[in-house]
Amino acid sequence: MTLASMTRKYEPRRLPEGPRVATTAMIASLAAEGYETVAAPFGHALVEAAKKDDKIVGLSADLAKYTDLHIFAQAMPDRFYQMGMAEQLLMSAAAGLAREGFNPFATTYAVFASRRAYDFIAMAIAEENLPVKIVCALPGLTTGYGPSHQATEDLAIFRGLPNMTVIDPCDADDIIGMVPQIAAHDGPVYSRLPRGKVPSVLTRHKPDYKFQLGKAQVIREGKDVLVISTGFMTMRALDAAEALARDGVDAAVLHVPTIKPLDTATILAEARKGGRLVVTAENHTVVGGLGEAVATTLMTNGVTPAFRMIGLPDQFLEAGALPTLHEMYGLTVDSITNRIKGWL
Amino acid sequence: MTVESRSFAASNTSLALRAWNIRRKALLMGEVQGQGYIGQALGVADVLAASYFHALNYDPKDPEWEGRDRFLLSIGHYAIALYAVLMEAGILPEDELETYGMDDSRMPMSGMASYTPGMEITGGSLGHGLGIAVGMALGLKRKNSPAFVYNLMSDGELGEGSTWEAVMSGVQHKLDNLICLVDFNDQQADGKSTAALAQGDELAKWQAFGWHAQRVDGNDLDAVVAAFDTARASSHPGPRVIIFDTTMCKGVDFLETREITHFVRVEADEWAKALAVLEEGKPQ
Repeated sequence: MTLASMTRKYEPRRLPEGPRVATTAMIASLAAEGYETVAAPFGHALVEAAKKDDKIVGLSADLAKYTDLHIFAQAMPDRFYQMGMAEQLLMSAAAGLAREGFNPFATTYAVFASRRAYDFIAMAIAEENLPVKIVCALPGLTTGYGPSHQATEDLAIFRGLPNMTVIDPCDADDIIGMVPQIAAHDGPVYSRLPRGKVPSVLTRHKPDYKFQLGKAQVIREGKDVLVISTGFMTMRALDAAEALARDGVDAAVLHVPTIKPLDTATILAEARKGGRLVVTAENHTVVGGLGEAVATTLMTNGVTPAFRMIGLPDQFLEAGALPTLHEMYGLTVDSITNRIKGWL
Repeated sequence: MTVESRSFAASNTSLALRAWNIRRKALLMGEVQGQGYIGQALGVADVLAASYFHALNYDPKDPEWEGRDRFLLSIGHYAIALYAVLMEAGILPEDELETYGMDDSRMPMSGMASYTPGMEITGGSLGHGLGIAVGMALGLKRKNSPAFVYNLMSDGELGEGSTWEAVMSGVQHKLDNLICLVDFNDQQADGKSTAALAQGDELAKWQAFGWHAQRVDGNDLDAVVAAFDTARASSHPGPRVIIFDTTMCKGVDFLETREITHFVRVEADEWAKALAVLEEGKPQ
């Protein structure tokens, strides 16, 4: 290892033409124009669930305000535990509370749960199959703060963990539907969390949409392309499908909010339908996420459509403004639209 | 069940016999498997005897009795010692002794909650126990339970950062129902614990964090019992710790002097010798 072989980024770089975009604040609204937003849907949904389940308690490791858990902490202060800047303790204490019959929701950033506290989640929570709900903000590429805050591999990490249910919700509709369902789930859950002003997307495209734990749902029908997507990439895929429609390309969108257990029956049924190009789209490295999970499902069941993956590269990503980074790494509506057109 | 109806009320004399029985069972299990963390089991036997036959509330017929004091074995590799005391307490049947470490046994080499009645947590990955104990102590307080949570850990776990996260949290949440037991035998895998990470003044350290702290000879049963009594009865508004200085392989002198005692090598012909040496020291 020499210094020269390290990835240095401090050579001066040419600033882009036109108006400059500052590094996005940590609380970044991902909503495109035209979508309504809901403030702190997780916090409010947890308060509602906790009114019906007196075993629900909330724990944070110094990020309650940044995981929308402060709504719960304000509404039910005697059921909120501040564990300090101590993510290993956060998970251990949540395990202890679960052992005593409580239903803990532990929140932090996705990087800190997946990287720093993994052993504690694995041994104290997952191996014991305890009903701890780990709900984590800043998943994938949702901050411009660079690799210290970008959890681009969390789905791969938690997919590999036995007993763990893994969820990547798209929007406020998913979160509001998800919270009571994971509260009732008797086992450990890892969920990503869009927080702050969260767009309401799915019900705009499919008014009767309701989150169902473990289920993939077709949000939009189409005969040329099947986009299988998760997280906010479903929102981008739906917008891309509208753009593609203007060019005469008919794209279906299958939303897969539960990554594990994967709804293989629905994925196989949709992938078997009439020779469509199948594209996966996720806000996560292409290593070990939704795309590889879908590919494995298709291959092991003898379903072999034309198949492409949209996701983040196997790299530590750059710091910068979030819109710039989404463009750089191909998560924008335009990028999805253009790549699908190129693959057809 | 209350403190008064504790399953075993024991004099110190009978505690000595309990400790001896724990050592003997651990040696017998070690002989069955040909190996085991015998040094730790022999060293911590007095602390375990005082725990299960003086301090803890539990019902041997119902290891999950809601009113029990929780005893967490953070050090999963000490499982052989806990199995010995669980047998001595009647929670595990003695006739399972010969299954230790075998296929299909309820007593695997490292302690796991899903295998063994009376094993509260899966230990082994070190530095987990005290954090889980914090969560259980919080949970017991939510339930207005008078039960205590005991967490038995090793001096090696004082090197794990997660231990100190839990130390601070216990004080923050005023967990006066949490008692941490540290087996300080100054041995870890690569040698002396105090040679691996600077320990400083352990007693002063815990006190500085806000814990009620005691440090006693963990192989002096009277001192051990008194420390448990003091920890339970204290009006200190936060958690309590007892640091027990113990001697690895205590009770079997020719093993005590082995240079490497973390995973002590006992030759096949030495088990009988060890049992014989132990026999000579049997309390009357």
